[in-house]
Amino acid sequence: MQPSDITALIISLKLAAYSTLILLVLGTPLAWWLSQTRNRLKPVLEALIALPLVLPPTVLGFYLLIGFAPSGPIDSLLDSLGIPSLAFSFQGLVVGSVIYSLPFVVQPLQTAFVGLGKRQLELAATLGAGPLDRFFTIVLPLSKLGYLTAAVLGFAHTLGEFGVVLMIGGNIPGETQVVSIQIYDHVEALDYTSAHTLALGLLLISFLVLLAVYGINRQSRLVTLQ
Amino acid sequence: MIAIESRAICVCCLLGFSLLGTPKISADTITVAVASNFAETLEAISTKFEQQFPHDVVLVRGSSGRHFAQIVNGAPFDVFLSADTRRPQALVDAEVVENSKVKPYAIGRLALWSSIPTANKLPRERLVEGDFNHLAIANPRLAPYGKAAMEVLENIGLASLIQSSSENTLVYGENVAQAFQFVATDNAELGFVALSQVINSVPDEEYWQVPADLHAPIVQSLAQLTDTEAVKQFLNFLTGSEGSLLLRQQGYLLPTQN
Repeated sequence: MQPSDITALIISLKLAAYSTLILLVLGTPLAWWLSQTRNRLKPVLEALIALPLVLPPTVLGFYLLIGFAPSGPIDSLLDSLGIPSLAFSFQGLVVGSVIYSLPFVVQPLQTAFVGLGKRQLELAATLGAGPLDRFFTIVLPLSKLGYLTAAVLGFAHTLGEFGVVLMIGGNIPGETQVVSIQIYDHVEALDYTSAHTLALGLLLISFLVLLAVYGINRQSRLVTLQ
Repeated sequence: MIAIESRAICVCCLLGFSLLGTPKISADTITVAVASNFAETLEAISTKFEQQFPHDVVLVRGSSGRHFAQIVNGAPFDVFLSADTRRPQALVDAEVVENSKVKPYAIGRLALWSSIPTANKLPRERLVEGDFNHLAIANPRLAPYGKAAMEVLENIGLASLIQSSSENTLVYGENVAQAFQFVATDNAELGFVALSQVINSVPDEEYWQVPADLHAPIVQSLAQLTDTEAVKQFLNFLTGSEGSLLLRQQGYLLPTQN
């Protein structure tokens, strides 16, 4: 594997890790609200969150590119906050990935929260536990499987991301050149050997990460049972 | 009632005879895999072609590397119009087509485009003065227009300057169409694009037609993949006088005959 391939792998892993963390933090209150509310706006929000599944990634990326433009709405907002333009930057890729992978994180969390039931939470409340206390001591431990699914799906989906990055990244080595684009470039350049090597590397690393996560989950479940 | 019917029969007969009467060659569909930089030009050419011949031309636009991979794996294309000479040659090397079926059809020209021109400053001056954050080019490893753009930067002594600068960043499109897109959406202030992309659609002061001696010629080759009469007619039209005229109008040079 060439040094540029390894750099691309690291960028991809970093991108997937950051995006997953941000998605878990953002997704938790969102999914919680969706799981509890009877608000009439709930279906609207649910539909909005599922929308990234509909648009082809390159189309989504194209609109992000338009949105990131110096005269665009996102950029003028960021500019007033003193944040540099998002196009062709790692931060831009993170923003794109968060939007792209949103349904993959929110939906498993929402399902997990719905399945909790109200009894234990009400019981804890009568014993004087505050909302935050209830969340960390009851909701979080009981929704562990939901979080695991959300994290794995968010991570894997971002790792394999191609179209969005292709549109907004600009393929800058060490900044926005991710592994999926690098593999595509090898194929385009008819350098199939490098493409195969890198694709195999990506699959192996992803397999090991997923294996580790599922392995830890199994172990901790055994511990709980004992 | 009877009168109407017989009249209808007459009309039908006339229609039938007129259809039979013109001895047209059977209409064929010609599927052309075309490099994204040449797609617009080919559209103009095939519209003219379809007016004169009974055949339909279907354009499959995309990158030449992808088309190559698809052709090797049996894609049903009749003609492959590549953005370079390398991919058609690779088809010869892979024994997919004969050497005699590959030939150059156009020579591409480069333009430096700035969609947001600053007051009284031409694109070339902006480039030389470093008055930009992002300069979009096609990936030099994949796209001949990107390779030519790098050669231009080297020849005017800017390549190492830009690569070491923290304020001026090169951003790479997968092909020249994406480099165009980066400039068109205002995300890059400057970009090297194909002359054909701007020549008929953008005001003259927004682009600099890069002199052809600043880079090696961008020779684009085609590969003829099937051997039907329709395909031969189409290729004759493309390389004939009418095709050549359209080609020049769209900012290409003709390949030197040899």
